[in-house]
Amino acid sequence: MNELLIKPSHELHELLNKKEVSSSELTKLFFERVESVENKVKAFVTLTKEEAIKKAKAVDEKISKGEKIGPLEGIPIGLKDNLCTRGIKTTCSSKILANYLPPYNATVIEKIIAAGAVPVGKTNLDEFAMGSSTENSGFFTTKNPWNLETVPGGSSGGSAACVAASEAVLSLGSDTGGSIRQPASFCGVVGLKPTYGRVSRFGLIAFASSLDQIGPLTKDVTDAAILMNIIAGYDPKDSTSANVAVPDYTKALTGDIKSLKIGVVSDLMGKGIDNAVKDAIKAAIKKLEELGAVIEEVSMPSFEYALPCYYIIAPAEASSNLARYDAVKFGHRTPDPQDLLSMYYNSRREGFGPEVKRRIMIGTYVLSAGYYDAYYLKAMQVRTLIKQDFEKAFAKYDVLVSPTSPSVAFKAGEKTGDPLSMYLSDIATIPVNMAGIPAISLPCGFSNGLPIGLQIMGKVFDEEAILKTAYAYEQATEWNKQRPNL
Amino acid sequence: MSKYESVIGLEIHAQLLTESKIFCSCSTTFGNEPNRNICPVCTGQPGVLPVLNKKVVEFAIKTALALHCQIAPYSIFARKQYFYPDLPKDFQISQYELPLATNGYVEINVNGNTRCIRIHRIHLEEDAGKLVHAGSDRIQGSTYSLVDFNRTGVPLMEIVSEPDMATPEEARAYVQEIAALLKSLGVCDAKMEEGSLRCDGNVSIRPVGDKNLGTKTEVKNVNSTKALKDALDAEIVRQIKAVDAGERIIQETRHFNENTGQTISLRSKEEAHDYRYFPEPDLVPLEVSKEWIDEIKQGIGELPAEKIKRYVEQFGIKTEDVETILESPGMAEFFEGAIRLYGKPQIVANWLTGEISAYLNAKKLEIKNSKLKISTLVGMLALIDKGTISGKIAKEVIVKMLDTGKSAEEIVKESGATQISDEGELIKAIQEVIKNNPKPVQDYKDGKKASITFLVGQVMKVTKGRAKPDLVNKLLEKELS
Ligand SMILES: [Zn+2]
Repeated sequence: MNELLIKPSHELHELLNKKEVSSSELTKLFFERVESVENKVKAFVTLTKEEAIKKAKAVDEKISKGEKIGPLEGIPIGLKDNLCTRGIKTTCSSKILANYLPPYNATVIEKIIAAGAVPVGKTNLDEFAMGSSTENSGFFTTKNPWNLETVPGGSSGGSAACVAASEAVLSLGSDTGGSIRQPASFCGVVGLKPTYGRVSRFGLIAFASSLDQIGPLTKDVTDAAILMNIIAGYDPKDSTSANVAVPDYTKALTGDIKSLKIGVVSDLMGKGIDNAVKDAIKAAIKKLEELGAVIEEVSMPSFEYALPCYYIIAPAEASSNLARYDAVKFGHRTPDPQDLLSMYYNSRREGFGPEVKRRIMIGTYVLSAGYYDAYYLKAMQVRTLIKQDFEKAFAKYDVLVSPTSPSVAFKAGEKTGDPLSMYLSDIATIPVNMAGIPAISLPCGFSNGLPIGLQIMGKVFDEEAILKTAYAYEQATEWNKQRPNL
Repeated sequence: MSKYESVIGLEIHAQLLTESKIFCSCSTTFGNEPNRNICPVCTGQPGVLPVLNKKVVEFAIKTALALHCQIAPYSIFARKQYFYPDLPKDFQISQYELPLATNGYVEINVNGNTRCIRIHRIHLEEDAGKLVHAGSDRIQGSTYSLVDFNRTGVPLMEIVSEPDMATPEEARAYVQEIAALLKSLGVCDAKMEEGSLRCDGNVSIRPVGDKNLGTKTEVKNVNSTKALKDALDAEIVRQIKAVDAGERIIQETRHFNENTGQTISLRSKEEAHDYRYFPEPDLVPLEVSKEWIDEIKQGIGELPAEKIKRYVEQFGIKTEDVETILESPGMAEFFEGAIRLYGKPQIVANWLTGEISAYLNAKKLEIKNSKLKISTLVGMLALIDKGTISGKIAKEVIVKMLDTGKSAEEIVKESGATQISDEGELIKAIQEVIKNNPKPVQDYKDGKKASITFLVGQVMKVTKGRAKPDLVNKLLEKELS
């Protein structure tokens, strides 16, 4: 494999600047790679080769004129297919949006365009980001590049797999209950879920509005910081985005974590976590200690309720957010509906897959008169408890660590018949979304040739602390240098 | 006398006169071709988010202050969920728990009695779009339907009263009072016929003296205050008949048919909606600071009730004239401006409520959009005072002023309609009248002094009204003596 394919963006940026490679050559190289491995990996729903070539050419002209280029200019990027791209199909991997052409760009897309990145294509996901394996995609399942028999995780499975398989240098995903971190963990890449409100959600097709957040999937921690620099910031089009100053995240990458206080979440190191995963996390913790961090165990008693509460709140919001797919304005419409109701029923029946229907039904139920207080309101109260547990812990610790996922990537088909066991694969990531805090997953070992992910959680708007910790760990280990053999 | 009494509460939906919609920057202009005022946000495209228009909140706070409400420092928006093709997101962003304002009141006048009607709450929400059906007037039975999203997201303010009205007449007076208030605040043009003010009535009956409320029905589809009164009258009669016949009133929505004058059941029980309200996660709670409220308070100025009182006391003009002046947008400012320049409030009021209002109503104009200026009106009044034109001529002149925007002087000059002040010219006309009317002249000379009135009238006719009547009178007496 050409070694340019395995380099992170900051190294490619140097080469572009030194004119050792052009963006057009890089783009050509990546599309050749896509051609040779995509039939195995199936990371992309739509490829945007024409756009990419045009963009790369423009960047090369800039370079040839001696103009300065930004850190992501000319770098091939994958975009999760729930981010609206004007005039380019945006499907959410759902049949109901199979031919949807957004009339506008998501704010992050505008930022990526302004940054000059080269779009490789739109990546596959679990339909409407509901799932943990991309097996819920309405089109096809993405494969884990480390072992094509296993899943890449989800819902940002395509975004994680395309980076792991070197079909793109980096990518954007979205994370509602672990949808960036869990696939990052499964595919052996870095994935960061920013603080809720840090990145504009405008143009991210909503799954659960109070939990969704866009973030980077990258080959290393430095790339995650670089991509964060581009996408973070207040957006007047998103009322829930925070008007909080955005630091230069690359400045946090000092490698120095001496005296940093780290809490190990004991509730995520016991029952239900695979031994191989536990061992890798323990080794990682030891490494952090060697680097000068102070390690203690911390218990988060509310965590055991996070999963059930998530499966009330997220479906409740989803049932409402997905109401608009009614065949009136856009999306799939059943042929020859007899009347309004049959148009609604049949279009939605044909357009949505089983997991989406399951969540719409759960969400509709928990918001119904007579059930609202017992389910939705109660879940929101528990959510407050989870936040308080984190606040208490962060009064003492700078960051918290845990496994990202209880296991390594599982076999395709293994959990599709058992939604509850599928849901459990997000047990360590969900509390983070419930509290709105930032967290990163990065490679910390292997089991049976499959990557294991270390999750580092931080205080609200303190992405710097988790990046700093992750960077120090990454510098001291070689895990992120491993590449799958396709 | 009836053994029943009625209890009425009203829900008023007022379209706010902001330039842009409540959650996006699309124009709210009425009457554009379908789907012109639309964008990804108000058509509910995947991925869009609402952003609250601050002006909308300001208008609602203004109204809340005028209605003596408590304004919540912290209120939230909620999703009201139901499927309908005119609702692009299939939920309406509204307020449910924690509305913007609560606990207010307004005073109304009915047959000389003042009544206080309490306001339960005021909240904000977005309007829905409009459906056009082919082959039927409703979606059922139509071959296809088209949807126009121009109105989608136009800001609505819902004002909910307590069940404090005892008669349809009071309900009508309440709506009129609220409409006048909204107009004078400049937050809503309150045109029921055009739907910018919509009103639903909740009505129940109970035996006179009973303290418990009966089962209420909701009466919809009234597009004038008269229709509201008629609908409530009809519904009360229906309920009394039903109860007297031993039937039970069921809680339901009833549609008023203006042609038959009856209400008919609109929704059966099984279609009752569960709107599955929950807090809108895409909007942050609306926080209203004391400073902001104070700032808005400063900008409100005088309310209609206060203004009526002041005009009557300060200017000594008739209450009904004040009401006419206040009903017409911008006329109060015009009135006060004219008084500052000219004085004589009742004379200004007479012109404004008479010829000028008649002209504006006929042309569906507001005074500020008409060609009449304060200075030109005052100029015309001065010409009357100087005797250059008569009051009668002035009534023609004012129409020409409204038509052309010219000053009274210009118009008078062009038409030669000035009064004849040259006595020689007048005496010529008088002599002609004396010659042609020997009988009245003889009567006058025989002592029937009243016949001079006829002769003055004849002189006015001959001079086409350009003579000054008292001068004619004086000169006639002289000629006849
Ligand atoms: Zn709009």
